[in-house]
Amino acid sequence: MSAPILSVRNLVVDFPLRRGNFRALDGVSFDIAPGEVLGVVGESGAGKSMTGSAVIGLLEPPGQITSGEVHLTGQRIDTLPAAELARLRGKRIGMVMQDPLTSLNPLFTVGEQLIETIRQHMPLSEDEARARAISLLEEAGIPRAAERINAYPHQFSGGMRQRVVIALAIAADPELVIADEPTSALDVSVQAQIIKVLKDLCQRRGTAIMLITHDMGVIAQIADRIMVMNAGKVVETGTVANIIKHPQEEYTIRLIASIPTISRTGDAPPAREDQGGASYVEVSHLVRDFDMGATIVDRILRRPANLFRAVNDVSFRIRKGETYGLVGESGSGKSTCARMIAGLIEPTSGSVKVAGQDVWAGSEGARARRRAVQMIFQDPYASLNPRWRVGNIIAEPIRVLGLAQTASEVEDRVADLLRKVRLDPIVMRKFPHEFSGGQRQRIAIARALSSQPEFIVCDEPTSALDVSVQAQVLDLMAELQQEFGLTYLLISHNLAVIRQMATDVGVLHNGVLVESGPVDAIFDHPQAEYTKVLLDAVPDLAAID
Amino acid sequence: MFAFILRRLLQSVVVMLVVALIAFLIFRYVGDPIVSMAGVETRIEDQEIMRDRLGLNDPFYAQFWTFLSNAVQGEFGISYRLQQPVLRLISERLPATLELAFVSATLALVVGVLLGIFTALRARSLLSGAIMAVSLVGVSLPTFLIGIGLIYIFAVELQWLPSFGRGETVAIGPWRTGFLTDSGLKSLILPAITLSLFQMTLIMRLVRAEMLEVLRTDYIRFARARGLPEKVINFRHALKNTMVPVITITGLQLGSVIAFAIVTETVFQWPGVGSLFITSVQAVDVPVMATYLMFIAFVFVVINLIVDILYYLVDPRLRVDSRRGGH
Repeated sequence: MSAPILSVRNLVVDFPLRRGNFRALDGVSFDIAPGEVLGVVGESGAGKSMTGSAVIGLLEPPGQITSGEVHLTGQRIDTLPAAELARLRGKRIGMVMQDPLTSLNPLFTVGEQLIETIRQHMPLSEDEARARAISLLEEAGIPRAAERINAYPHQFSGGMRQRVVIALAIAADPELVIADEPTSALDVSVQAQIIKVLKDLCQRRGTAIMLITHDMGVIAQIADRIMVMNAGKVVETGTVANIIKHPQEEYTIRLIASIPTISRTGDAPPAREDQGGASYVEVSHLVRDFDMGATIVDRILRRPANLFRAVNDVSFRIRKGETYGLVGESGSGKSTCARMIAGLIEPTSGSVKVAGQDVWAGSEGARARRRAVQMIFQDPYASLNPRWRVGNIIAEPIRVLGLAQTASEVEDRVADLLRKVRLDPIVMRKFPHEFSGGQRQRIAIARALSSQPEFIVCDEPTSALDVSVQAQVLDLMAELQQEFGLTYLLISHNLAVIRQMATDVGVLHNGVLVESGPVDAIFDHPQAEYTKVLLDAVPDLAAID
Repeated sequence: MFAFILRRLLQSVVVMLVVALIAFLIFRYVGDPIVSMAGVETRIEDQEIMRDRLGLNDPFYAQFWTFLSNAVQGEFGISYRLQQPVLRLISERLPATLELAFVSATLALVVGVLLGIFTALRARSLLSGAIMAVSLVGVSLPTFLIGIGLIYIFAVELQWLPSFGRGETVAIGPWRTGFLTDSGLKSLILPAITLSLFQMTLIMRLVRAEMLEVLRTDYIRFARARGLPEKVINFRHALKNTMVPVITITGLQLGSVIAFAIVTETVFQWPGVGSLFITSVQAVDVPVMATYLMFIAFVFVVINLIVDILYYLVDPRLRVDSRRGGH
């Protein structure tokens, strides 16, 4: 084995806070060889990103390296003065950050940002730097790079922006690239492309990559070795196959067990044979147009408005007590569908019937809808009012709909609901910020249940959560479904989650339902071309040998 | 770009029309113009003849139309008090106000932005703390108090600078400037500081807050990870992003430097339009008040137009075709 590019020994990072010291990293050691991809996994707060920041010397104050050593190709870098460490950044260590939408400066063209980075590190003229920038963009997979180099970041899609970020990270041929969650903000199919770009890069240039992610699937696809972290410590390190097939530590075993897999496992809901069962929710020919804004001239001349059809003739049905999964990439119209079904935005045409009642049929329909249809949102941090106590948040629908008369009756109900979502009723005195993401999503579920709905629309209920927490929330949802005979519309971009939870699935692409049917049939024998692409793009742990 | 400016221009015209209407209403209906113009001994019949000759018996819209077309040609009527055309009164005094506003706006912008950047970058240093504390004085003390304080220290006690007036002026065509003489420049210092202090501290605090916000963003972190030197990050990447909201507020504030120089001009007996306005209010000189209103509105409209165009130049995201922008 050749000498490692990066060698970290017993790294300790402390945050001296007023209320005592917080040790973010505790004795972290690892090596990365040239051309090797080391995957760093763990739940949020495990210290994954902290490790990356410590290596590149960008710890947020008051964080500091209190002991340990970081060597880059044999040279110790953690003790370098700030100015010299700054010179390493970009030149010898590149970085790719999580959110491509925010990591580029919106006021400068892509070319300006590339050229300034290149010229910072290499003695090139403006024209030479421009030529290099174009070839870098091409290497990162941006078509027609010579034309697009003068475009601003907002003129690129998320995936394209991440390619620009990668081009920036490799601008000066660094030996090491630290990729911090490079694909978590992207769609599956885009994610697959970005992974391929990184992998090619690693092979072609022999760059070492430290890949930080919470997504085991991504690691399985690209990494050579895995380092599992928990609470600032390395739990175990080993080859991908070894860790996934034969995890040694209990933490790793739990982590891997909680990952939903796209292939059929035993615990999925049994497929129902008959297709004739009475449908509880019936969505027919749903269409939604968005007006993209006509100019004054257009309005005067009565030109047709500039319409964007977000949802185009979508029809499906859900039987009582079952789960219908809706998958698709961002922009496919999933959330628009969900909002129309939950009664939040009005369809341009088409109808939504819940238990035979049209939810868009006047005030009568609206009242029925508020009671019978509830929604769980994606981000449990944003969907709970931060100034309200949990008890009030959950009690609000009960009060508004007049489901309980006296204050004590309301409180009893809230306590009951909290018990149902496996939380101690005592927490109703607390505020949302005192809870973790998973607990907040439980509170959101309790709120959804408080109106005693029969149908719940869940829009990406677990995508903001860690895998192990995701597993708990999904389990809870399944249990509640059993207990109360709930019907779910589950929207997710995570195909594995859909496979685990849903009986039927619909695939949305550009607002059109390209395929709909029983989940097993579609996942095992996809008919539509798009479904096949989507399924192929999913990184799967089972594929590792 | 052209369509954008055209649309903004149209909007500006609408705003000016509305202001003109208000000015006209003041002019026409606050007090009876005839009573103001005519002396006590003018006979009622003569008043009626005047009324008729001045078109005051015409229908409302006809009078408004006459008012508008006169205004466009620079005819704003005659001051009741000074018996001179209002336009001449204002244009005689405008150079004084504009010079004062120009100097204090430049002072406020340059010092404000520089101090803002400094206090943002050295957020924890002792000097920043001191600057922030002193800036509180600028924000909270009323302008007249600052003016009087400065006069007391620099004019009365130290006797370095004059306490009132414009000093000697030199006429360049119709423009009388105080920039070219020693006493003119000296007399400019105290009023300019007084007028700019509030704007300066406001701009400084705004720049500081925005800059601190921008320095926390992902793209600044990423710029560091790309190995760009601090100087480039702070003054190229961070500053440009800071400027977007700062331009708006600053633009509006500069408008008010011209519009509300009244207090400063009064304290320093500065012969500008502000003090003209004050004396006109005291004398119920309605034509001057109405014209002043239109003039100030015009200043604000022009500044806003410039701000919008600057926005357009600074932020490429606004340059998208408006049809595609409406997500």
